[in-house]
Amino acid sequence: MTQEPTLGPALAILLVPALAALGLALVPAWRLAARLNVVASGLTLASAAWLAAAPPAPTPLLLVDDFNLYLVLLTAFVGFTTSLFSAGYVAHELEDGRLTPRSLRFYHAMFQAFMLAMLLALLANNLGLLWVAVEGATLTTVLMVSLYRTAAAIEAAWKYFILCGVGIALALFGTILMYLSAQPLLGGGAAAMTWTALLAVAPRIDPGVLDLAFVFLLVGYGTKVGLAPLNGWLPDAHAEGPTPISGVLSGLLLNVALYAVLRFKMLMGANGQVLPPGTLMAAMGLATLLLAAFMLHRRRDMKRFFAYSSIEHMGLMAFAFGIGGPVANFAGLLHMTLHSLTKSAIFFAVGHVAQAAGTQRMDRVTGLTASHPALGWALVAGVAAIAGLPPFGLFMSEFLLVTSAFATHLVPASLLALGLLVGFAALVARVQGMAFGPPMEGVRELRAPLAPLYAHLALVLVAGVWLPPPLAAWFQSVAGMLG
Amino acid sequence: MGEIGYDTAHLLGALVLLTSFALLSQRRLSALISAFALQSALLAAAAAWQGLIQDSPHLFVTAAIALLLKAVAIPLALRRVMERFGIQRAAEPALGVGPTLVAGVSLVTLSLLLVIPTTAASAALTREDLALALSVVLLGLLMMITRRNAIGQVVGFMSLENGLILAAVGVKGMPLVVEMSVAFAVMVAFIIFGIFFFQIRERFDSLDLRRLDDVHAEEEGP
Amino acid sequence: MILQGLLSTLYQVAQMALVLALAPLLTGLVRAAKARLAGRRGPPLLQPYANLAKLMRKEPVVAHEASWLFRAAPYIVFATVWVAAGLVPTFTTALALAPVADLIVLVAMLGVARFFTALAALDAGTPFGGIGASRETFIAALAEPAMLMVIFTLAILLRTTSLAGIVDGIVGGEGVGLRVSLALGLVSLVMVAIAETGRIPVDNPATHLELTMVHEAMVLEYSGRHLALMEAAGMLRLFLFVALIACVFAPFGIAQPGDGPLALLAGLLGFAAKMGAAALLLAGFETSVAKMRVFRLGEFLGTALLLGLLAAIFLFVSTGL
Repeated sequence: MTQEPTLGPALAILLVPALAALGLALVPAWRLAARLNVVASGLTLASAAWLAAAPPAPTPLLLVDDFNLYLVLLTAFVGFTTSLFSAGYVAHELEDGRLTPRSLRFYHAMFQAFMLAMLLALLANNLGLLWVAVEGATLTTVLMVSLYRTAAAIEAAWKYFILCGVGIALALFGTILMYLSAQPLLGGGAAAMTWTALLAVAPRIDPGVLDLAFVFLLVGYGTKVGLAPLNGWLPDAHAEGPTPISGVLSGLLLNVALYAVLRFKMLMGANGQVLPPGTLMAAMGLATLLLAAFMLHRRRDMKRFFAYSSIEHMGLMAFAFGIGGPVANFAGLLHMTLHSLTKSAIFFAVGHVAQAAGTQRMDRVTGLTASHPALGWALVAGVAAIAGLPPFGLFMSEFLLVTSAFATHLVPASLLALGLLVGFAALVARVQGMAFGPPMEGVRELRAPLAPLYAHLALVLVAGVWLPPPLAAWFQSVAGMLG
Repeated sequence: MGEIGYDTAHLLGALVLLTSFALLSQRRLSALISAFALQSALLAAAAAWQGLIQDSPHLFVTAAIALLLKAVAIPLALRRVMERFGIQRAAEPALGVGPTLVAGVSLVTLSLLLVIPTTAASAALTREDLALALSVVLLGLLMMITRRNAIGQVVGFMSLENGLILAAVGVKGMPLVVEMSVAFAVMVAFIIFGIFFFQIRERFDSLDLRRLDDVHAEEEGP
Repeated sequence: MILQGLLSTLYQVAQMALVLALAPLLTGLVRAAKARLAGRRGPPLLQPYANLAKLMRKEPVVAHEASWLFRAAPYIVFATVWVAAGLVPTFTTALALAPVADLIVLVAMLGVARFFTALAALDAGTPFGGIGASRETFIAALAEPAMLMVIFTLAILLRTTSLAGIVDGIVGGEGVGLRVSLALGLVSLVMVAIAETGRIPVDNPATHLELTMVHEAMVLEYSGRHLALMEAAGMLRLFLFVALIACVFAPFGIAQPGDGPLALLAGLLGFAAKMGAAALLLAGFETSVAKMRVFRLGEFLGTALLLGLLAAIFLFVSTGL
């Protein structure tokens, strides 16, 4: 990829959602707004492709390197498919009377604002800008989680706001400490907040302050990743918000938070004298995975169920990156991508199911393969993918992780395998109940398109069978960067 | 300026910390709001003083924002919310004032022991200010945990942000981005809290968060 | 040397007389300021003197069941509090008793006074005496540790508990400057002072409702010159604490040993100014706060103790704080 000095693509990818957010706030007709949402997301995806073709050199505020480029592409893609799903989904919700045109206007504007915040967070070179963007992403999703205005939705949004607000505050303290540690070497001002400059001087930074800063940053941004014990907000926020939002929360926002943690881990890795950051991450990841896997068994609400599955997978990724090394990092990166695609696909399916069956309780849903074959089998495929069954891609990433972990850390790897098996059992049991058996009474036709769902699953399937060599090389280079 | 600058900065930080303790021990909502207003005013003074001794004029802007927004506007708005909704006046902490204060002192000790030794390479003034700021943050967190009333939690969150601003102004040369972002967070947080207060009050007819927990328990189930 | 000794004795005697003379004035000032703040004219400034004079002329009436303790207590209490008040440097530290003028000694003397007051209250055999004594000792059980915590903090910081040494440490030499632990210690000591002197919010000195009384209930049985002595002891206690806070936390203007008469005059004027300011602040504070319920006193004094503890912790962790 040739490095061109123009900032065109980077600015485009940020301006499109920004202008779309402002525009959508002014459009009262919801059908038009939904279509404009799709168009804006499509333009964002095009800008992302342009960015990939012509990445600019780093500026004090923005940075484009291999690590965040693929995440930007992923974010733009999932955002686009989600907007397609959302267009059909909200039509159904409006008919049911659960949403009003006014709240939809707010929803579409916030959707684009959320995309802007995430892309800004991914592209930020300045630590303060990263923090502002993550805070912005949190705020937009909090407002969207309470969209239905039910008692449970307000409670979920309040809990989300309080817990993530505290997390963000601790992350800010960590950012201040990071600035403090770099200030003697880089001087005051914006220079000491620039990630590229920090990476350059990282070996000389005082390890004590760096340790303390990393702990705060891990706890702070880790809250947003959903690491135990700070993940109390996640299940409720997923269950009570509109389904497209659950999809982007699981698929995208958790990734962005993990990306932030990994950037800081890279800084720690460059300094030889700090406490190994990987150990803490791996421990938290493992604990998260085990906790979530066991919690999966007792869930009754389908969105809450898959939210715990997201927590489990984020724990797995934290464990992978915590262990480090080329194989584990590669597995983690592959998992990040494929989990994003799979989990959003599952939430699309769950959204369809909830609308068709009129309930979110899993024990009341049966016989989907009989009543809605396209949806039922897609759900089965999705759950098979997320459970880690071949030939879907997640099998490959989990296999790589488990084998490389067994080689170096026997006991944690055994616990990891145990957790994965426990989760697997819960997933299989539930999907069996939902997909097979006698069809339900009074189910309704699907209004939203199934295409985004199939597109995601197809990608995950292809990746499991054949990972394109450029992509594999890309992952390997980033794995090397992560150390 | 040397010694007196150093000492005054510490003194203002200590006064902010004292108001944090005052916040922990209040029983009535209106007293809580007044204590918060006092804390924000002291924070503004601390920011202005840091602006003076660090020779950074942008800190005066931070001081002005803290004063106008958090010492004047937000307490007024909170009082209006209280009047409009006739919210109950008592805001007893969940643990009781005594154990809460003991927990507060433990947290302050913890933050001192955490920050002072690890930041050995930095200037003494910065380290001590940072330790005081982290104490305020942790006390704000404690307040959020122990208050059962939504307004109590809001005030706890805002006092936590006060601690963060105190930390940010104490570190020399922190660029404006962080200060603006902190101010931004305050403003948007307040808007959201405002929306929530209306929504929560509509739904629950009170701002007692134990009612929220009851809802959660009914709907979630095992 | 002999001259120094003579001068310090002179100053000490002068101080004892000054303390006795000014204590009622301080009380009168506080009452007058409170009255003005409440929108009333209030009693004249010198009213406490008139009250004491009137009481001294009257015959004391003693209960049948009361023992020698009841008759002796006023004298013991008055003597200990007067001497304690005389120990605190007001305008100069060149006092004959300066070697024994130690914070711990002060606490001990105040403890003795309290002990005898409480015993005498029980001695009279009235229920209100019992209530007052039990509440007073409850307050003392919490206030004394808090005060000792503050003394501990000062001792770490200045390496002395002697009052003259403290004044020297703060103003003389390189000084200590404004410190966080001193600020916390000040707040803690003020809270303890309010509790010990029986001011609002701990106890209302002007109340006539016996069930809300703490200190007043203990002196309810006294009359005549006994009452005059107890009241004077109360005024002296207030004066002591105000002078103590001024001496430890605002010792500017106090004359050092070997200073000339001009410095002494400056010390006297400075002290008068501090007294005036303290009286106004106290009056303002009392007018703006309501009396606490008795069972909240534990929290109030517990907070004082915790702040004192925090002040000590700050000192341990960092020399700068």
